[in-house]
Amino acid sequence: MTKGLSAVNVTALVLGFSFLYLPILILVLYSFNDSQLVTVWGGFSTRWYVSLLHNEQLLEAAWVTIRLGLVSATLATVLGTLAAVTLTRLGRFRGRTLFSGMIYAPLVMPEVITGLSMLLLFVAINLERGFLTLTIAHVTFAMCFVAVVVQSRLVTFDRSLEEAALDLGCPPFKTFFVITLPIILPAVVSGWMLAFTLSIDDLVISQFTTGPGATTLPMRIYSSVRLGVKPEINAVCSILIAIVTTGVIIASIATKRAENERLKAERAAAAGR
Amino acid sequence: MTDAVSTKRAGSSGLGRRILIAIPYVWLLIFFLAPFVIVLKISLSDATIAQPPYTPLLDLSAGWQGVVEWWNGLDFENYTLLTEDELYWVSYLSSLRIAVISTLLMLLIGYPMAYAMARAPKSIRPALVMAVILPFWTSLLIRVYAWIGILSPEGLLNAFLLWTGIISEPLYIMNTETAVLIGIVYSYLPFMVLPLYASLEKLDESLLEAAADLGSPPWKAFWQITVPLSIPGVIAGCFLVFIPAVGEFVIPDLLGGSETLMIGKTLYNEFFLNRDWPVSSAIAVLLLLVLVVPIAVYQNVQARQLEGKA
Amino acid sequence: MTKPTLQDPHMALKPAQKALGPIRRSFAPWLDPSAVPLIRFENVVKRFGDFTAVDDVSIDIHQREFFALLGPSGCGKTTLMRMLAGFEEPTSGRITLAGQDLSGVPPYRRPVNMMFQSYALFPHMSVEQNIGFGLKQDRLPRTEIEARVKEMLKLVKLEPFASRKPHQLSGGQRQRVALARSLAKRPKVLLLDEPLGALDKKLREETQFELMDLQMELGLTFLIVTHDQEEAMTVADRIAVMNHGKLVQVATPGDIYEQPNCRYVADFIGDINILDAKVASAAGGMARLAVAEPAVEIAAAAPDPSPAQGADVAFALRPEKVRISIDPPPPDATNVLRGEVWDIAYFGDWTKFLVKLDGSEKIMRVSRANATRTEFAPIAWDDKVHVWFAPDAGVLLTS
Repeated sequence: MTKGLSAVNVTALVLGFSFLYLPILILVLYSFNDSQLVTVWGGFSTRWYVSLLHNEQLLEAAWVTIRLGLVSATLATVLGTLAAVTLTRLGRFRGRTLFSGMIYAPLVMPEVITGLSMLLLFVAINLERGFLTLTIAHVTFAMCFVAVVVQSRLVTFDRSLEEAALDLGCPPFKTFFVITLPIILPAVVSGWMLAFTLSIDDLVISQFTTGPGATTLPMRIYSSVRLGVKPEINAVCSILIAIVTTGVIIASIATKRAENERLKAERAAAAGR
Repeated sequence: MTDAVSTKRAGSSGLGRRILIAIPYVWLLIFFLAPFVIVLKISLSDATIAQPPYTPLLDLSAGWQGVVEWWNGLDFENYTLLTEDELYWVSYLSSLRIAVISTLLMLLIGYPMAYAMARAPKSIRPALVMAVILPFWTSLLIRVYAWIGILSPEGLLNAFLLWTGIISEPLYIMNTETAVLIGIVYSYLPFMVLPLYASLEKLDESLLEAAADLGSPPWKAFWQITVPLSIPGVIAGCFLVFIPAVGEFVIPDLLGGSETLMIGKTLYNEFFLNRDWPVSSAIAVLLLLVLVVPIAVYQNVQARQLEGKA
Repeated sequence: MTKPTLQDPHMALKPAQKALGPIRRSFAPWLDPSAVPLIRFENVVKRFGDFTAVDDVSIDIHQREFFALLGPSGCGKTTLMRMLAGFEEPTSGRITLAGQDLSGVPPYRRPVNMMFQSYALFPHMSVEQNIGFGLKQDRLPRTEIEARVKEMLKLVKLEPFASRKPHQLSGGQRQRVALARSLAKRPKVLLLDEPLGALDKKLREETQFELMDLQMELGLTFLIVTHDQEEAMTVADRIAVMNHGKLVQVATPGDIYEQPNCRYVADFIGDINILDAKVASAAGGMARLAVAEPAVEIAAAAPDPSPAQGADVAFALRPEKVRISIDPPPPDATNVLRGEVWDIAYFGDWTKFLVKLDGSEKIMRVSRANATRTEFAPIAWDDKVHVWFAPDAGVLLTS
């Protein structure tokens, strides 16, 4: 049997990945275009990046976005991890089906519905819209993603480790912090990263739930994109892409390295006996 | 002694457990479930020019009388409007059509990709999975924006095709349903590929060997073994992309122009441009009703996948 | 306790004339120079990158033979079998089946079928569909497929489970489905890849006998891969012992056990005492060996030609061929050593004694059948004992 890739498979991969990556590469490439026009290559230039530095509105929006991302991702991680523990460790309780429904539904719920319903809630309880409402909205949908990521780690987790801790006299609450949490930490961290990215990428839900003084970067980008393609927007997008890509790649290398260290240590231990 | 042990047990797994469950539960009840009740309520109200722009408002200070008045003010007028005005049901239908077509297109593109990934040497598989996930971490808005520069009449695709001489007149793809399909397929493809890959990667190589051993050539074994066993992945992938695609707003808004109607966009416009909150709420309720079956199916698949092992 | 006598009937015979172990005298085609083998591995080599999985292996397997490939994991036995099934192509050398060169023939056109270690039952098909799968590929008429599936279900006694899915079956039942599926096409050769590894001990033993009966009943050629030496000894007509991709010895179970051709085989199969020694003198089929530890001289039957004086050799001695007693042995006993009982393991049917030999740290393993229910003077821990063995009780190994 062929262990390598057949020509058909290679073609599928090359075409598929070209489709996924070419548009992004073109976008980044044209952020360095000296010309105003998108189709004409006017030579290499970084002038759009320079002009970004003088765009007060964009910088302000970027700052809001980052603060929002940090706060909502952290809160979402706490709540999402709790939700995952609830689903995998706390057994049956009344309304569990409803609870798991509320965890999975936001993953596929059309954003317009989530956004609209939350706005109407904020109006109904007369909560002034702004940074606070944005944060609540982002926490709510991001915590479900965190919950799913952490849950998928918890179900593969060897329960006997926790049972051993309990057996040795460690109370459940402490067991969670000294045994469970350190082991599922990589999943919690990637949950946080996912929540952060979802938050800084979100447009639709933010449009609904925001108020004066809390305009995020995607909202700014959206309003200028509606007016057409501009090299300056390409530059902003390229920076965002660069940040996210670097973050994701560093994180995956870090996990891989930790994994390799562990494997190496295990192998050394096995050899040394 | 035994008593002390058992009380301690009860305490830690009773109150503590209840608090642990309550924190995320109450949060979701307030911020996810309650809003839907409000949406339902407002969908039965009438629009007015006021703040908030709907009536009746529940006035609790008027006591029982207020509740009765509020209740009497609710009606199904908005839903009647939705069925009568062509704009709405055309939007629903075209949303469903676009979502179905794009889901099938993604299956067509995603299956060979996922299959090739699952057949790739084990050492490069994590890198390939990473490469599929990476675009998803980039904002949807940015990815859709990238296509504007490619698809517009003076965009790169036309420039390229004109240059090669394949066409002599620029293609008008931008602001058509085709552009929306391209945008949806492009944006949601990773969600299709990943579940497919997960189910194909799990496939035990020895099953294919057994099929070959029993006289089934590779292409036949593909249809007899691989495809039937990847059905769970196909179902998960299709629902994962179909549901959000139906309610998609950004893609039809930026790529579809005014001629492409999709329900998410109609809802958004109704809300932000017409400021008709009751009608947009009614649209949301109907959209949810349309999606409730697929969402339930998807949740079932998801829950079984995550909890089946536990 | 039976008094051992040196008037053992075997004693007078030379090793070459002995009948070693139970062999089916009626069936030994490998001894017939005119017999044409069914399967021939000819100088087969398989490399994966730098790693040589199978290193220049030649084996002939005859029709109706039950042949076992035995060795530790990673010794190349599975690769050898997979090359016959067609899942791997040899790097060099060739494999023929009934005279036909198999190179380039894809697995789905080879008249051999395999029972997979994991069983590889198709999870989305019922028991019937699994068994009928191979027949369907041959486009047999439906009535014939149905009849053959029925026959197979009967053969493996699974008729009531025909419409179940694999996950609704027990491990033993799955194993039977896998067996029935691979037999349904009536292959020329049935390949069994660790077929019983997933079963518990008792079920495994039963199934071993069933496999043997089945093989004789159907008159098929079976090739089994296993790392379990007892399994290989039980089921096979001949065993090929492999190590590091090389063939070490091919022989009947009796020969493998009683006449190992090297230290590796002696050590791999069963329990054994290996005494390192130098040849002090050798003549006329007998040798005197200077054992390194303890420093004693022993008499040993020597192979022909005799090893050179001073050569490094090993004397491999099975525990059950050593006698043990507290009382002094009969005066004509040879190779008498003294020691102290270090450990005793009681297995019911027999007992194993670990005896630390005087003047050394060497442990001699001695086993004795418990032929009577009670003993007059049982051997206990720390007892001073005599152990002794006949010169031809062990094998003199030069490699």
